[in-house]
Amino acid sequence: MPDYQWPDPAHRTLIGKRTSRVDSPDKVSGQARYTYDIKRPGMLYGKMVRSPYAHCKVLSIDISAAEKMPGVKAIEIVQKPGATIPWAGDEVVAVAAIDEATAEDAARAIQVKYQKLPHLVSDAEPPAGAGENQGPLSLDDLGDMLENQVPERQIVALIQEYGISFKPTEEDIKEAKDEGVPDSVIEAARTATVHPEAGTKTKSNYVKASVQSQGDVEKAFAEADAVAEGLYGAPVIVHCCMEAHGSTSEWTDPDHLFVHMSTQNVSGIAGQMAEPLKLPAANIRVHQDHVGGGFGSKFSPDRWGIVTAQLSKKADGKPVRMMLERDSELEVAGARPSAYARVKVGAKKDGTLVAWQSHSWGTGGPGGGGMPPIPYCFSIPNQHKEHTAIRNNIGPARAWRAPNHPQACVLTMSALDDLAAKLNMDPYEFFLKNLELTRLSKIYRDEFPLAAEMMGWKEKWHPRGQNISGNVARGVGLSLHTWGGRGHASDCDLSIHPDGSVDIKMGTQDIGTGTRTCIAVVAADALGLQATDIKLYIGDTLYPPSGGSGGSTTPGGVSSSTRRAVVDARDALFARVAPALSVQPDDLEARDGSVRVKSDTNRSLSWKEACSKIGATSITSHGHNDQAAAKNKPDLTNSGVGGVQMAEVAVDTETGIVKVTKMVAVQDCGLVIDPKMAESSVLGALIMGISYSLFEEKIMDPTTGRMLNADMEFYRLAGLNDIPELKVHMMTGPGYDERGVIGLGEPPVISSGAAISNAVANAIGVRVGVIPLTPAKVLAALNQKAGA
Amino acid sequence: MHDDESVLKTPEEPMEERSGVSRRDFLKISTIAAAVPVVSGTKMVLAAGEQVPVHGPGKVPMTFNVNGKTYKASLEPRVTLLDALRDSLDITGAKRVCDKAECGACTVLLDDKPVYACSMLAIEGQGKKITTVEALMENGKLHPIQQAFVDNDASQCGFCTPGFVVACKAMLDKHPNPTPDDLLHELSGNICRCGTYAGIRGAIAQAARKGA
Repeated sequence: MPDYQWPDPAHRTLIGKRTSRVDSPDKVSGQARYTYDIKRPGMLYGKMVRSPYAHCKVLSIDISAAEKMPGVKAIEIVQKPGATIPWAGDEVVAVAAIDEATAEDAARAIQVKYQKLPHLVSDAEPPAGAGENQGPLSLDDLGDMLENQVPERQIVALIQEYGISFKPTEEDIKEAKDEGVPDSVIEAARTATVHPEAGTKTKSNYVKASVQSQGDVEKAFAEADAVAEGLYGAPVIVHCCMEAHGSTSEWTDPDHLFVHMSTQNVSGIAGQMAEPLKLPAANIRVHQDHVGGGFGSKFSPDRWGIVTAQLSKKADGKPVRMMLERDSELEVAGARPSAYARVKVGAKKDGTLVAWQSHSWGTGGPGGGGMPPIPYCFSIPNQHKEHTAIRNNIGPARAWRAPNHPQACVLTMSALDDLAAKLNMDPYEFFLKNLELTRLSKIYRDEFPLAAEMMGWKEKWHPRGQNISGNVARGVGLSLHTWGGRGHASDCDLSIHPDGSVDIKMGTQDIGTGTRTCIAVVAADALGLQATDIKLYIGDTLYPPSGGSGGSTTPGGVSSSTRRAVVDARDALFARVAPALSVQPDDLEARDGSVRVKSDTNRSLSWKEACSKIGATSITSHGHNDQAAAKNKPDLTNSGVGGVQMAEVAVDTETGIVKVTKMVAVQDCGLVIDPKMAESSVLGALIMGISYSLFEEKIMDPTTGRMLNADMEFYRLAGLNDIPELKVHMMTGPGYDERGVIGLGEPPVISSGAAISNAVANAIGVRVGVIPLTPAKVLAALNQKAGA
Repeated sequence: MHDDESVLKTPEEPMEERSGVSRRDFLKISTIAAAVPVVSGTKMVLAAGEQVPVHGPGKVPMTFNVNGKTYKASLEPRVTLLDALRDSLDITGAKRVCDKAECGACTVLLDDKPVYACSMLAIEGQGKKITTVEALMENGKLHPIQQAFVDNDASQCGFCTPGFVVACKAMLDKHPNPTPDDLLHELSGNICRCGTYAGIRGAIAQAARKGA
């Protein structure tokens, strides 16, 4: 039996050591090619006519003028007259022309008449009693919940309670399976009561999406020594990937499509394009070298991706490129659902949490969305929770880095911090006191003192509002978080060639998280080579499939499949080399660019000499990681990480401006493959966290129903000068390494909002309940405090 | 581009006095008048009391000096320098992100000064030395600021990186030992979504130490 287990520290050559990102030189020199950079011979440029109204009906479309324009090669009507448009910026007509300017001119020449319908773009607190009971779930409802990673159990419970409004066909079920919909959800839908009449009923904007209780809440509050109440929330924010969504498609012959797409899901795109294009997935090749950000918004080909292929078909197969304009990128290509809650939480004198009550609401666009997982991390014994989903016309929601967790974290940790203040407790002691209510108390107990030490918490923490000098108020806050992160299904082909070169083929993608580096380190570690010695072929459907990069599933997936492949190939190499060194294969090891005898390291062959023993045909091996842990023997990946973050802020009480002056993150992700990449992921998450805590919000105009800040001036992202000293510590060693590889993309972005909000409350002595913590909100809170 | 202003019509009556100047007219007038050699077919119009040449609206020949090489292209006057580089010359290091001078991903050097290539017309770039990120390597070796980006892991997805590298190089040329204030002034026009600022700070410090 080959020894696939991760090597112990003494036998690691690269794993756990700092390796530079292998594709950095390409990126810093402008050589890295992104989808936006692809230029194919004879390429046409696509443009989209988008709805100017948030809710309307298409009455008529006149393309005659555009058709006659010189240089216009194809026009595709995306939504025919009669179609109802659910959000501004939705696709109506697409055009392809010889250059971008001509395509723009043509798009402007297309006349579309609309009938405006009433819209709702607000996610303000629903009027009391407005929540209509959840009716039977439509396919869209289910898709929306899955997109937002509403817990599997919650979806199943809703299906069982309310039934569904459509009869799933065998094809629907197969498609759902292909898309990774959990078996329990598919089974629930298959056996659910079908109410076809519900599909045609006009729905209310407000849906009672969830009502849950456990324990005896009333009694627990009555017996609590302290109760805190507050309103907390996080608005809709957008992904704002630097590289817009989009693709270039060309029909290489009438039956074959070649697609370059900006995606997090190379192996999963062809299957999603097959049905709408009526083309076998096997005839669709998808390629991508680099992607300029995704953050959860790039798993699907999207309607514009399908339309691009259709335009190409109409233009005799000529390549068509369509990348979204920046305003469309912000309006329609990705948004994180909002979440707000009126929370009441109670504890005993010693800080022990006993009761939680929340009335929450939020919007994920037309589908409404589900309740975030509150109370977050802490399973408080007595709970009552109600959630109202707002269905509105702001545009569709997509998974945004750690779907639903940052919102749940803000709602929960802000409330708990307010309760600690009520108890006159240092939140550090208060959270520590309640760690037994979490599932990862051992990890948090390791992490808390480290974070406190890095922050200087003991010296910096004062009771609320007691560290003000002049007009500068200073404070510290903390939060904790968790995430799954088990590796996805992944297949790896690895070859060792007689000349000593090594290559790996895998249909994964590197979304900036260091996936290339992770694969190269795992392979090189086992072969005693350097990461840059491994030639990587990724980002193409010509290579073995590997899962989409979402939910922090990539490191566990690709490292496990690579480890299996490389161990098999290495053992095959040892078998060929052993006779030359007159030993058994088991006596050999690969270290420092050589293959040598373990017990007598002077008896060795250089890597090249060793590979020359392979013979004429290269050694090839295949490694597979299964999504189901039980099918992996041994299982090299795991699930469930914990992290703690602390923030220090300085608030100008005259202007209301919040500056984050320091942040620390202590994070676990099992076995760390490359600490340099891991730290970058966490640093990036802290920066993204500062950005959404202080600046980001998708602002909708109630009158026009459009996004007011669909650009990068008024949709403000944090800049270099908004970023303070950041300190990151990765948990490693016993208790962590042996858990195997766990993903890291999502977890460190979760706590930042709550930690910063808690720091501001600590500084100014009053809670600013809803992020982003803008000057206007800070001043309003200070005024309220002064008036109180 | 959603330019809903009235688009400049072909100046069929070349000497027509215009009472107002649209944004597009203004771009054409303000940028072309002085610097650009007159090409054939240029019309003269009276705008804001002055006679100015108007190019286009069809394609006009243009010549560029990019990264030490001469390129010729036939482009409409409305094409931006960024689109000319990327779509006509296939020099794709500078990225198109916001396309309106908000994010800095398209930063290139124009006579050694950083500019947003998305917000100037290609026709204005003629007769100037244009340098893109691709030209910073010498003899296959990374420029010290590029090496510092690698060493400090200052790129994740990497889409903002070329703009940042060029902006950092320009800053270091001007301020070999940049102060926090210099960073504020020279780099606040570049945005990263992945959050690589900590790495970029480290890279600048390293390059400054080594005298990039």
